Amino acid sequence: MPESNERKVMSRADLTKRLVSKLRNEEAVVGGIGWTNFELWGAGQRPQNFYMLGSMGLAFPIALGVAIAQPKRRVIGLEGDGSLLMQVGALGTIASRNQRNLVMIVWDNGAYQITGGQPAATATVVDVVGLARASGLEKSFWAKDEAHFEQLVDRALSEEGPFFIAVKIDSAKPAATTHRDPVQIRERFMRGLGVREAI
Amino acid sequence: MSSAEPDGQRAWHEIIRDVLKENNVRLATYVPDNVLSPLIRGLHADPFFTTFCCAREEEAVGVATGAWLGGTLGVVLMQTSGFATLPNVLASLAVPYQIPLLMIISERGTLGEFNLGQAMVCRTMRPALESMGIENHTLRRLDEVAFVVDRTVSQAVSTQAPAAIILNALLTGGKVEKKREV
Repeated sequence: MPESNERKVMSRADLTKRLVSKLRNEEAVVGGIGWTNFELWGAGQRPQNFYMLGSMGLAFPIALGVAIAQPKRRVIGLEGDGSLLMQVGALGTIASRNQRNLVMIVWDNGAYQITGGQPAATATVVDVVGLARASGLEKSFWAKDEAHFEQLVDRALSEEGPFFIAVKIDSAKPAATTHRDPVQIRERFMRGLGVREAI
Repeated sequence: MSSAEPDGQRAWHEIIRDVLKENNVRLATYVPDNVLSPLIRGLHADPFFTTFCCAREEEAVGVATGAWLGGTLGVVLMQTSGFATLPNVLASLAVPYQIPLLMIISERGTLGEFNLGQAMVCRTMRPALESMGIENHTLRRLDEVAFVVDRTVSQAVSTQAPAAIILNALLTGGKVEKKREV
């Protein structure tokens, strides 16, 4: 039986807060650009959060690099659907490496929201979980509702990955905006990961 | 003997592999290239390195950046046309976040190029690097390889800045068209 294309649309703000509240082991989070990023900032800043300010589509590759360097740490990439479409090939790279400590989460609102809400191919024909599975990522799932999202995150934080979790989300504007200071973001993240100490 | 001293015994790709190792560069991501293939093979063959192919050069840069944030120094290998896809990620990630992103680029598009598209792309490379203030050196002589690679890696780390090493055909032989009988 094919899964229904009708999926519950959830609140990005709510799910981002639910995700962050589950992070109790200094998990690293790489936030892709756009409202994904603003929402992560607004959910409360952690030293283990990395906020991208450009390089659209690279949240998962950056998260993969962190995961390779720190195999004992769980690493989460947060990405929008439009960004994912830019670097679909990275899914195959991640599957090839079978990076066990990597969790990919896609907020899919079917639009390039920050540029004016232009529809993305994900609004009509592209199924991002289908892309992930076809790329070799077996543990790829659509979250059916909020409780299911939480279950999937719990699994992704405890079982071996890589995990790929997608959610149809709303287009509500985040309350906060990321503070755009790349050097401070990078330095704090490296300290949060134990790579650097304050001088 | 340190690899920073001249050595006529080893091929250019063996020297680069050894100097990367001496500088604790442990990750190598790449998009395949014919000229780079002996270096890529050498990196794959040495378990000191984590070496893998990416779908795009931007992706390879993203992985190397993430690895650095997590405490591992990496290098990205590509050819000229691959570098031409990178200005956005360099200008919005590697440069502003102060990442010692090491790039090794095999230079196509000059000294016997047979593909006009490659020749045009090659002309964009150094202006792009210069416009972003990215340190870059072109290797033409075997006896300079160890010194230039060693100093480039150490400067990139010390100054927290990306750097590019361009491998010219005078060093590698490049890629040439099979001679046609006339």
